[in-house]
Amino acid sequence: MSEHKTTEMLQEEAAKIWAGLEGKTLTNKDRFAIPQQEMPSQEPGVRAHNMSEVALGYTETQARVEAERCIQCPTAPCKKGCPVGVPIPEFIKHIQQGDFKGAIDTIKTTNLLPAICGRVCPQEKQCQDHCTIGKMLKSPEKAVAIGRLERYVADWERANDKITVPTPKPETGKKVAVIGSGPAGLTVAADIRREGHSVTVFEAFQKTGGVMVYGIPEFRLPKALVAKEVENLKRMGVEFKTSFLVGRTATLDQLLTEQGFDAAFIGTGAGLPKFMHIEGENLIGVFSANEYLTRSNLMKAYDREHADTPMYDAKRVAVFGGGNVAMDGARTALRLGAEKVYCVYRRTRAEMPARIEEVAHAFEEGVDFHFLENPTKFIGDDKGRLVGVELLTYELGEPDESGRRKPVAIPGTEHVLDIDAAVIALGNDSNPLMAQTTEGLNTTKWGNIIVDENQKTSIPRVWAGGDIVLGAATVILAMGEGRRAAASMNEYLAGK
Amino acid sequence: MHKILEKRQLSYDKERDQSVYYFKVEAPEIARNRKAGQFIIFQLDEDYGERIPLTIADANAEEGWIAIVFQTVGATTRRFSETFNVGDNVPVLVGPLGKPTHIEKKDGIVLCVGGGIGIAPLHPIVEANHKIGNKVVTIIGARTKDLLFFEDEMRAASDELIVVTDDGSYGRKAVVTAPLTEICEKEKVSEIVSIGPAIMMKFCVAAAKPFGVPITTSLNTIMIDGTGMCGCCRVSVGGKTKFVCVDGPEFNGYEVDFDNMMQRMTAFKDKEKEADHKCRIGLDAGKKAGA
Repeated sequence: MSEHKTTEMLQEEAAKIWAGLEGKTLTNKDRFAIPQQEMPSQEPGVRAHNMSEVALGYTETQARVEAERCIQCPTAPCKKGCPVGVPIPEFIKHIQQGDFKGAIDTIKTTNLLPAICGRVCPQEKQCQDHCTIGKMLKSPEKAVAIGRLERYVADWERANDKITVPTPKPETGKKVAVIGSGPAGLTVAADIRREGHSVTVFEAFQKTGGVMVYGIPEFRLPKALVAKEVENLKRMGVEFKTSFLVGRTATLDQLLTEQGFDAAFIGTGAGLPKFMHIEGENLIGVFSANEYLTRSNLMKAYDREHADTPMYDAKRVAVFGGGNVAMDGARTALRLGAEKVYCVYRRTRAEMPARIEEVAHAFEEGVDFHFLENPTKFIGDDKGRLVGVELLTYELGEPDESGRRKPVAIPGTEHVLDIDAAVIALGNDSNPLMAQTTEGLNTTKWGNIIVDENQKTSIPRVWAGGDIVLGAATVILAMGEGRRAAASMNEYLAGK
Repeated sequence: MHKILEKRQLSYDKERDQSVYYFKVEAPEIARNRKAGQFIIFQLDEDYGERIPLTIADANAEEGWIAIVFQTVGATTRRFSETFNVGDNVPVLVGPLGKPTHIEKKDGIVLCVGGGIGIAPLHPIVEANHKIGNKVVTIIGARTKDLLFFEDEMRAASDELIVVTDDGSYGRKAVVTAPLTEICEKEKVSEIVSIGPAIMMKFCVAAAKPFGVPITTSLNTIMIDGTGMCGCCRVSVGGKTKFVCVDGPEFNGYEVDFDNMMQRMTAFKDKEKEADHKCRIGLDAGKKAGA
């Protein structure tokens, strides 16, 4: 682990480089020589005990320096890696010219949630995985920091009060229902509203934003940002109905017939959490990551002074899983006052599906990783409260269908870890509600809605996308599906 | 908006300083689609309020309201009863949630058993059975006379009503399982529906077992979202993990692991006590004044 650098130190480094670049005509060789600008962040020892955002965002100088690393490849391979096709070299070119407004407007032609994507997209697996600079330096982590630049201009626009929202086309009189206000739903709402159709977004929770509000913690994605994006949609004329559970408050069929909606998009997101079905899983103190995070994020239980929803007090917390949600759970546990937080994962760091940056942050903050271990049972006291977990040690064997080496248990290696809370972050099954209450809606055997290449479901006038189709995925993949669905829906509505 | 149309105190438990309240609330969409056995979730504050599930006790689709009945057992329910009055709006209300009760024509008696606060959610089930022509025998019970409510409503919707109290201060001195057993011995009972404290439902299941009569129980676990996302409400049913919010709230009583459910319901007991204590001595009165 390298030493933590403050924003001031990083700014000073950037300023030195900038002094050598400013006003110069740069060759590609000059650009290759510019080091990637590090993201300023709160000091690990401090941030592990507060809910404020960890990553602080580039300074203006850092953004200018980082943008100069882009060589503007004519083939723009980075674009291919973006599920919503952000014109990446084009927006970076604007930053190179010092035109931040031009940069953000360019991003917004295809992505209305850049402040969010700049924070939570796994860029190293998407745009930055295709970046020529990264390829040359043999690591997508060393690519042009596209995500950080995207965040910089989005934050710049908000901080300087320069937000402009697209003006929708003249009203068409057609009505669309969007079910769920997560990333897929918000993308669909924006794209359809732009075409002049009326859009109502139905949200089961009291707040809009879906997983961005209940799942992703404040320290990674401030809730005020999500609220701002929703406010921008409202300014475009999108209507939001919270505490409305489609399937129960009204069925999809009622919306499409009695309530006169011409089309609908289902973006209901993640469903019921997966459990391991091992002994002791229903002990007090065993939580799904969904519950643990929802209590803390949506219900604000971390704010003990104001929130009515309680958080379970635990000193030794173990999180099970290796994805982003596991990292969120572990880091939340630290911030809630746990003295010891373990992350138990049955493979190794190299196989973890979480974003590299999140894993690094968790390490820096003091999460204790137990790789190549898996639980066999939870142990409770006489009151049914969790006191420990029995783990079994694994080793990596031959690669499996996913190409990752398969973890194999080593018999006789059972050992007990003393814990008083467990957070299970092994993904979700699908939410059964829409399928249960909508006749003719085809789903897979896992309950995910089946769609065609245009996100159309088995029911006329109904499209679907995001986690309810994909299973557990990412914000940007959900947005990509929303984008595709909206295009198809707009085409359908235009021809109607 | 969910305006409170009527507010009544149904009972007061001196021993525990707890009341049961009836609130009639404007909720046209919920009233229209709700069926017997379903519940709602309410919050007193959008930002900081906790989500409390309550079974719908009554509803009128034409007039666009639902009724909820709750006991002031914690800080939120206490504050709801003390600071919300007719004309105020309930800030957050979502529903109807959960699967409706399966109501069908039966040959024999449908025996409905409600204990304490469980009498409220039992009411729509009694009504629905009565409406389709089932012979409904209802048993309602409480610790003492002051804690009983809905006697008239239940009588109106039942072919026979039996009232019991633990202390004999009203009706017959007995626990609900006594008349349950007697009826099962004498008559043909097709189904038992039991709603009340977990321990009561557990004993009803034990009492029904020798007769092999199917028994449905309605579970009131802790919930957060209540829509099939968080998994907080999970219970073990027939050895499998089930979710009360989307798989329930009603389950075959023979399959429910009541002991585990009762344990899980104590998860936050110390916190609840602390919050209730603060609420009673007015520590958080200022904070929620605007709610």
